[in-house]
Amino acid sequence: MTVKMEDYNGLTPAWCPGCGNFGILAAVKKALVELNIDPHDLLLVSGIGQAGKLPHYTKGNVFNSLHGRPMPPAVAAKICNRDLKVIAISGDGDGYGEGGNHFIHAARRNHDITYLVHDNQIYGLTKGQTSPTSDIGFVTKTTPQGAPPPFNPLGIAIAAGATLVARSFAGDTEHLSQMIKEGINHKGFALIDILQPCVSFNHKNTYAWYKERVYKLDADASYNPSDKFAAFKKAQEWGEHIPIGVFYREEKPVYESEFPALEKGTLVSQGIEPMKVEKLLAEFF
Amino acid sequence: MTAEINFMVGGEAGQGVQSVGLLLAKAMARWGYHVFADQDYESRVRGGHNFFRIRASDAHVEAIRESVDILIALNKESIDLHHHELAKGGVIVYDGEKLPGLAGNDLINVPFASMAKEEAGDAVMANTVAFGAALGLIGYDVNLMNELLTGFFSGESGAKNVKAANAGYQIALEFEGAQQKMTCAGDEKRMLLNGNEAMAVGAIAAGCKFMSAYPMTPITSIMEYLAAHSTEFGLVVVPAEDEISAINMTVGAGYTGVRAMTATSGGGFCLMVEGLGLAAITETPIVVIEGTRPGPAIGLPTRTEQGDLDFILHASHGEFPRVVFAPATIDDCFNLMIQAFNIAERYQLPVLLITDHYMANSYFTTDKFDLSKVTIDRGLLFDKNKTAGPYKRYAYTESGISPRAFPGNRDALVVADSDEHNEDGHIIEDGETRTKMMDKRFKKMEGLKQEIVQPRYYGMDSAETLLIGWGSTYGVIKESAETMNKTGGSCSHLHLSQLWPFPVEAVTTAMKKTKRTYVIENNFTGQLAGLIREQTGLAAGNILKYDGRPFTPEIILAELRKQR
Repeated sequence: MTVKMEDYNGLTPAWCPGCGNFGILAAVKKALVELNIDPHDLLLVSGIGQAGKLPHYTKGNVFNSLHGRPMPPAVAAKICNRDLKVIAISGDGDGYGEGGNHFIHAARRNHDITYLVHDNQIYGLTKGQTSPTSDIGFVTKTTPQGAPPPFNPLGIAIAAGATLVARSFAGDTEHLSQMIKEGINHKGFALIDILQPCVSFNHKNTYAWYKERVYKLDADASYNPSDKFAAFKKAQEWGEHIPIGVFYREEKPVYESEFPALEKGTLVSQGIEPMKVEKLLAEFF
Repeated sequence: MTAEINFMVGGEAGQGVQSVGLLLAKAMARWGYHVFADQDYESRVRGGHNFFRIRASDAHVEAIRESVDILIALNKESIDLHHHELAKGGVIVYDGEKLPGLAGNDLINVPFASMAKEEAGDAVMANTVAFGAALGLIGYDVNLMNELLTGFFSGESGAKNVKAANAGYQIALEFEGAQQKMTCAGDEKRMLLNGNEAMAVGAIAAGCKFMSAYPMTPITSIMEYLAAHSTEFGLVVVPAEDEISAINMTVGAGYTGVRAMTATSGGGFCLMVEGLGLAAITETPIVVIEGTRPGPAIGLPTRTEQGDLDFILHASHGEFPRVVFAPATIDDCFNLMIQAFNIAERYQLPVLLITDHYMANSYFTTDKFDLSKVTIDRGLLFDKNKTAGPYKRYAYTESGISPRAFPGNRDALVVADSDEHNEDGHIIEDGETRTKMMDKRFKKMEGLKQEIVQPRYYGMDSAETLLIGWGSTYGVIKESAETMNKTGGSCSHLHLSQLWPFPVEAVTTAMKKTKRTYVIENNFTGQLAGLIREQTGLAAGNILKYDGRPFTPEIILAELRKQR
């Protein structure tokens, strides 16, 4: 079958008008349609926050998990049924704060999933508090003295062992859908950190602010995304110039390929045979 | 008259206390005896003081005896600490070369280390010499001993251990006054296994395909057992970064349609409670083993306690139905594990099993588990021919149970949500849907109450005293009640293997028939007694122990005498 845009129509979003999430939703749908992925083969696992609502606004199998915890159910689902295309969806608070440990270890184990993080550098759903990626000195209701230095998601992903590390911008749907496609096509753990303006609570990192600063990594032909040290160095760049694109790419065996139990097929397709346990009982005599 | 013997093996961590203990237990089981064995060890890899107690009887036993007939002392501390526990005629087997200057009629000097070096070429087999000596003292069948050792130790090591054990066996025969001759108790073959092994085998028989956990005493060996057999039985064990991840992975696996579980102890379960609520609101079947140990916080990591009952009954915020089992016997460990997976899938909710350090590490003999009686019931599944319109994961039904579909199904999209949701699984805010969804989930309680695992009841209805316990204390309370009745007392015993939904009727009936009730628990606050009061309105006395050590019949009997 040929998948059409209408196949990915969902409920009406409850986001603020002008929210960066609209661009992300459009890019997700565009990528899925262009890759001709049937919603029945898709599993969207989200956390909590404005980003966590995205799956409800499109189509697919959905597991809307806890705050900070989309990663564990996403990786487990991929282990149990590798036929599913698994996309985990998070925000900067959800993925880098509450779920930081899951993020690091999922990257390390290299599960074959795509991880989209809507990074607006602020807590939106709780109405304007500092987030792990807020710029240093950023004043919010919970940081009247200014925010401490930010978390570096790309640097951490590269160090932890993620095999595709990319950044895009919600204001550039074309580029973002391209990055999402790269992520889905990549065999391994793919992080797409998405710069997302929050029109209600972040009056610093606005559309205009990002537009002035972002530049595309692939414009520089000399940049080599397979060079881990160069990628790590590039991940430090932030401020007047903000790179977007694929920072790092590596081919490595995925976690799901390490289990002999999966050679016979997916776990969901394997039957239950209690009588086979007979030989285990023999060991207790 | 029953034939019975009680061994104790004592020594430092790393001296092989556990392997000698297990070998003795196996030897007695193969000789037709019923065996019960427990372990006491410290939270360290080397040194300290550990012991392993083995009780073998030609009658069924499920508790330890405090008096020791043969003490194998692998170090001096074992003699100092346990000498006073010797039964009349009991002896201590020890290495007189390593521990010179000791004297006494009950001391049997077997120079384990030098004999092991001489006979088997390695002093490391000192503990096997000790094992052989213990068997020599009871006149054990030498061929059976050798067969056991060659099966236990592989290859060349088997032959060396046979030599070491035979040397110990022969020297023991020279101590004529110390002999405690036993004979073969029959040719019945029984399994010998501990609580963790029975639960792990139960999980495999139930078709568990996914486990994620973080190692924690006392449940680590469940994880290791499943991992060791994962290839053969098509299951994946994921060592998670933390317990939060472990339970959330388990929920994710359950959502895709495989039978999934996790296991932890109280500290890890503290981290899991949020995920438990996720399983509840998404109506995802999961099975959780909580092997309790004394808390709070790190507490006594290698000791036992029943202190988490209240916590497990109420864990996670909000209200939701759950099922809580507490295996009371080794057969329960196996059977309730299978039942847990069936109930979890049939009712689409979390099922918790409470075990504890004592049950996890104690060895029991039992008849072979009957696999032909294992039934697998995966509950109500989506059938497109019986469904009008698009699939609704949380469709309202009479029973509160909606048919399950799994992601990847061509005819259904499966939408699950931790937010309150509508029948489609989409996030809602309105009060009416919230009320309907709460009612839907709690409707399951009606079905669950119809299939409560009823408590075991022993004794006369006219008994003066009723003893109530739950979980791992079954064997010890039963033996206490039996002993009371043999010595002129009048006792009955009610024991719960399911705590939630609570067996209100069985407990009420038993308590109303009896003058006095004592609830016996390994905790400080008498948590079951509190639950009984809450559920039945009936009050009972308490016999409590919270020193991190298990009860023995002697302790319970002494307490009962005091209370009278």
